[in-house]
Amino acid sequence: MNTLFEFLSLSDPNVRYVTLGAMLLMGSSSLMGTFTLLNKKSLIGDAIAHAVLPGVCLGFIFSGSKDPLWILAGAFFTGAFSVYLIDFIVQHSRIKEDTAIALVLSVFFGAGIVLLTFIQKSGNAAQSGLDQFLFGRAAAINRNDLMVFGITAVVIASATLLFKRIFILMAFDRDYARSLGFPVKFIQFIQTSLIVLAVVIGIQAVGVVLMAAVLITPAAAARYWSNSVKGILLIATMVGLFSGFAGAFVSYVAPAMPTGPWIVVVASVMAFASMIFSPQSGMLSRYLHQRRLRHTVADENLLKVFYQLAETDKTFFDGRTLAQLTGRRKFQIVSLKRRLSRLQRQGYLEKSGDGWKLTDAGLIRAQRIVKIHRLWELYLTTYMKIAPDHVHEDADTIEHLLTPELEQELERQLGYPDTDPHQAEIPYRKN
Amino acid sequence: METTALEIHDLTVAFSRKPVLWNVDAKLPAGKLIGIIGPNGAGKSTLIKAIMGIVPLSSGYVKIFGQELNAVRRRVSYVPQRESVDWDFPVSVMDVTLMGRYAHVGMFKKLRKADYDIAYDALRKMGMEAFANRQIAQLSGGQQQRTFLARALAQQADLYLMDEPFAGVDAATEKAVITLLREMTEQGKTVIVVHHNLQSAAQYFDCLLLLNTRLIACGPVADVFTPENLQDTYGGKLTLLTDVANLMRKENYPVREAQLQKE
Repeated sequence: MNTLFEFLSLSDPNVRYVTLGAMLLMGSSSLMGTFTLLNKKSLIGDAIAHAVLPGVCLGFIFSGSKDPLWILAGAFFTGAFSVYLIDFIVQHSRIKEDTAIALVLSVFFGAGIVLLTFIQKSGNAAQSGLDQFLFGRAAAINRNDLMVFGITAVVIASATLLFKRIFILMAFDRDYARSLGFPVKFIQFIQTSLIVLAVVIGIQAVGVVLMAAVLITPAAAARYWSNSVKGILLIATMVGLFSGFAGAFVSYVAPAMPTGPWIVVVASVMAFASMIFSPQSGMLSRYLHQRRLRHTVADENLLKVFYQLAETDKTFFDGRTLAQLTGRRKFQIVSLKRRLSRLQRQGYLEKSGDGWKLTDAGLIRAQRIVKIHRLWELYLTTYMKIAPDHVHEDADTIEHLLTPELEQELERQLGYPDTDPHQAEIPYRKN
Repeated sequence: METTALEIHDLTVAFSRKPVLWNVDAKLPAGKLIGIIGPNGAGKSTLIKAIMGIVPLSSGYVKIFGQELNAVRRRVSYVPQRESVDWDFPVSVMDVTLMGRYAHVGMFKKLRKADYDIAYDALRKMGMEAFANRQIAQLSGGQQQRTFLARALAQQADLYLMDEPFAGVDAATEKAVITLLREMTEQGKTVIVVHHNLQSAAQYFDCLLLLNTRLIACGPVADVFTPENLQDTYGGKLTLLTDVANLMRKENYPVREAQLQKE
């Protein structure tokens, strides 16, 4: 606990730089990552990250030192150039976008490695540490870096606020934006520049390889929790800020742990957790929904058997034994018993002698299922001209699905018929 | 009121040097419901994209209400094909409709209360007011199309260019939309619709523009909806014209000689 407080107090200036730096760069990347995600250009971030490397080396060669401004300028130039090259290739050749991205990414990265090796062999003492661009050096963020990160974050955040409307419009419907007369090309240039800026900054902390993850993961996580762009931007930023913070904390507690990769690990865990636990489209909620459906179907099939037995015997509230039930429909005894007590708990069945019988509520539900089954059979034979001997299985499925509105519409369209195609009586609820 | 809403003069559009529209020349009257008819690949969508300045013209010009497009942008509204956008995009029906108001408030200015009223009114006209806060991902095809039309209505334009508004919509939507378009033309608006169903074309529209890479005919339905014109439109492409177009692409040959000298 003490470690946490020590960390939170940020009394160590080094901790302060690393933590704030990680948070600032994650915040900026998350904002721009959201737009690359919305534009379905997630891989562009990866291409830019790799294409930045030759620019870094060129900046170093021209200035002869690790002057951050030269390096940033070089990185920005080749990063932006790669985006336009990809666009150019897609528009002026038969090569599709994914191939163009792969092509540009590897050519630029290869050139970057060549330059880097050349610099390393050149004997210039100032070059040491240049290879940190490959893997990042978040733990070494200093005061100057923090200034640059801060300014970038402010630029990106205010540009996002300013251009939010047109960015969203262009991501959704570019032709329409053009038809309104908006300067689509110019806005696209601004957006690309901002993305390159976020990548150029981020790469210094997490390196070339992890940059794409930094850009996309927070937005991918956020997409599971919100249906509005505003919400996604907000949640993505929070995910980004938190993973930046957590990454810095881990490497503070365990100095052997690298900051950059831990940032990505935290963000990825949050993305996977969102994928599983998101209430609207998460895997867990879908699984639970499926399970609920399976239960409903099994419950209703059992209630239906009670109704069918009652129809044959003309007595609705007699107790039915296990033997009678299995005689009518195949059940596994163990699961049948479990289901019987489940329905008893829910108030649809009650014990009667050595068997079970329908309660009033149970009868209403069973009758509704049988009614829908027979109505649907009639619907299929009348409206879809399907032969009467082919409609049963379809109706067996649909009977559990229909909402009360659809049920009413079905009754209305068929005009409350008395019997189904097999001359079985359709049971309506008597009020 | 102007009598000509749209003048297309000698318009040629080429994609990677292959002309898809060839010397189209037409004048479309104001206050009418006009259908653009032609087979697949005839260049119908390209024609209205060229009018809206979305694809570059290789030659010719377009005048709207006698002026350049940029001078009258606010008076023109474009409805793209429904399939041209991703309907899983995280916006609501109201968000999409409000985009129609961007034409008036621009990129940066805040939407005013009146803009919301106008957008809501547009949704009401399309019978979509109950869906205003619905995510667009949850809409049926017909509802998606209604949303697109509501966005166009919210733009309060005088000229509407609609790309296949009846494609993949239910009968109820088609009927509601055609009634609305009729009302709009009665109020003096001009509505130009790319349409693919030949059977309903004669009955829906006042005027038709028959297109198959080149202009076949343009005028009131009674004059141009003739078996000869339809035969020309749908009876296959002109083989020679297609061959020349393909050759132009192969040779990377420009649409106008002057462009060759410039390069």
